[in-house]
Amino acid sequence: MPSLPDVMTPEIEKLAAAQAGQGASAPQDQTRDALFEWLLRTGDNALILGHRVSEWCGHAPALEEDIALANQALDLIGQCQLWLGLAGEVEGRGRSADNLAYLRDAGAFRNLLLVERPNGDFGHTLMRQFLFDAFHIELLDAAAASPDARIAEIAAKAKKEVAYHLERSADLVIRLGDGTAESHDRMQKALDALWSYTGEMFHDDAHDRALAEAGVIALPSSLRAAWDRTVGQVMAEATLRLPGDVWQHGLTGAGGGKRGVHSEHLGYILAEMQFLQRAYPGATW
Amino acid sequence: MYAQLVKSEGVKSRDEMSPEEIAFQERIDRGEKIEPKEWMPEGYRKTLIRQIGQHAHSEIVGQLPEGNWITRAPTLERKAILLAKVQDEAGHGLYLYSAAETLGVSRDELLERLHSGKMKYSSIFNYPTLTWADIGAVGWLVDGAAIMNQVPLQRTSYGPYSRAMIRICKEESFHQRQGYDIMMKMCAGTPEQKAMAQDALNRFWYPALMMFGPSDKDSVHSAQSMAWKIKMNTNDELRQKFVDQTVPQAEYLGLTIPDENLKWNEEKGGYDFSEPDWSEFFAVIAGNGPCNAERLGARVKAWEDGAWFREGLMAHAEKARSRRIAAE
Ligand SMILES: [Fe+2]
Ligand SMILES: [Fe+2]
Ligand SMILES: [Fe+2]
Repeated sequence: MPSLPDVMTPEIEKLAAAQAGQGASAPQDQTRDALFEWLLRTGDNALILGHRVSEWCGHAPALEEDIALANQALDLIGQCQLWLGLAGEVEGRGRSADNLAYLRDAGAFRNLLLVERPNGDFGHTLMRQFLFDAFHIELLDAAAASPDARIAEIAAKAKKEVAYHLERSADLVIRLGDGTAESHDRMQKALDALWSYTGEMFHDDAHDRALAEAGVIALPSSLRAAWDRTVGQVMAEATLRLPGDVWQHGLTGAGGGKRGVHSEHLGYILAEMQFLQRAYPGATW
Repeated sequence: MYAQLVKSEGVKSRDEMSPEEIAFQERIDRGEKIEPKEWMPEGYRKTLIRQIGQHAHSEIVGQLPEGNWITRAPTLERKAILLAKVQDEAGHGLYLYSAAETLGVSRDELLERLHSGKMKYSSIFNYPTLTWADIGAVGWLVDGAAIMNQVPLQRTSYGPYSRAMIRICKEESFHQRQGYDIMMKMCAGTPEQKAMAQDALNRFWYPALMMFGPSDKDSVHSAQSMAWKIKMNTNDELRQKFVDQTVPQAEYLGLTIPDENLKWNEEKGGYDFSEPDWSEFFAVIAGNGPCNAERLGARVKAWEDGAWFREGLMAHAEKARSRRIAAE
């Protein structure tokens, strides 16, 4: 068998660049491309976390939790509709929120690795929610101050919902951390397992820097101090130990959900989520 | 219905009643509401606990067949609508467990009876949701049948139950309209979508008719419940009303009800239709429906897997309480 020439590489790079909406662009397009990326990231976080949370529907440990989780998933899906709707507008190629949610493949999704982590036990789900909520609230708080009115308006609406998500997830993390030996142990394990997916939230890349320079969106790294404070306080009250300096996924090489390099889990989420749109192309529902 | 086979005693004649029972019956006959702290016959209390409990269980088990399609809903809007619906059903469960609690039985006790198989939930939720059209059919037919039963129950004699029904009915009629809307989209869609809609109707028609419970001639428990206004109509009356209401809706969709004997009967002013296969109904109630094991299994698993969570919260509450006392 002859060795395989590497002819595909430039082709793939071109495709990837086109998918990411960053084909050779004029400088004035840079902010628009970066904004499109940011909107995908923000919308995809809501969509994928909403999907994960909705997997609990009917299976939660108490009826009140079933109701609260369905409500949270509902908020997140609503936010995703707004963010992805705006992403489609900014992109200007006629794609709707549904097109973006249902017809992109995994490599074009821009959500954080954290939100696609499997649910695990209920403690794991709550810990993932808390770590994300504490970041999400800072992100929305900053975005609500954006000079771009469309962004500020969505962020202001989402902020109210997420403030409630955070209040709930923080409260439950505290109660379970400082509950029984078993609940403490489960919450500590969840924190240890998820900690290495938190660094990606605060990682700045070229798109983030372009938006920050244009004054549209604050740098992710600027949200870190507030997040550290919230997480530190809640974990202290929960009697849980912060894992400290551990390996962080998604920051090196090609990796990271923000750049479209996901875990294996996302493919299965999309296979499920997109099934009808893929099996019956063009049908209306 | 959601309470299809509620056991109660045979109806008591006036001669057999104690003075208290006579006074109680007279209050009901005058249309007064019975409130939790007031005297009531033990049979009334027990029958209500069974009926409200079955209804509550049906709401929470009912989350499962529809929850089955949340992650696969075809658009973001449909996903949001379905999430909101399933959330409503959990809320209905909550109101109903609270109503049952006013009769002196805790939610945990009722759940234990569900999990051990001593209490039932509606047979309808033991059927699978195989396609997206099933989500339409469930809203249209299952919520539709539920409304048929629950609208009269808004006038039931027990105050907390009546008030729960009033809140619930509003939301159920939303659900039915949303389900019908899915069916309309499917029927106006591609040939595959239309076929999916017909297939869903074919599979859900008879199970929906079974929701009203066995024919009155076989239902020995109705008379006392009707005297107490716990049950407002007979099973056959409600089933007839449901068929009469649903046939034109199916026609509007261009779907065929899977019943060769279905025809308008001018004389009675309603449709003649085929009875469901009652042997299937009793098999499903006995635990042999297509999804009984999954549905009950899922509820039991949720409960057992959640034990540490509930215990953790209780332990924390206890710690917080003793810390407060120590600080005082
Ligand atoms: Fe219902
Ligand atoms: Fe309901
Ligand atoms: Fe409903």
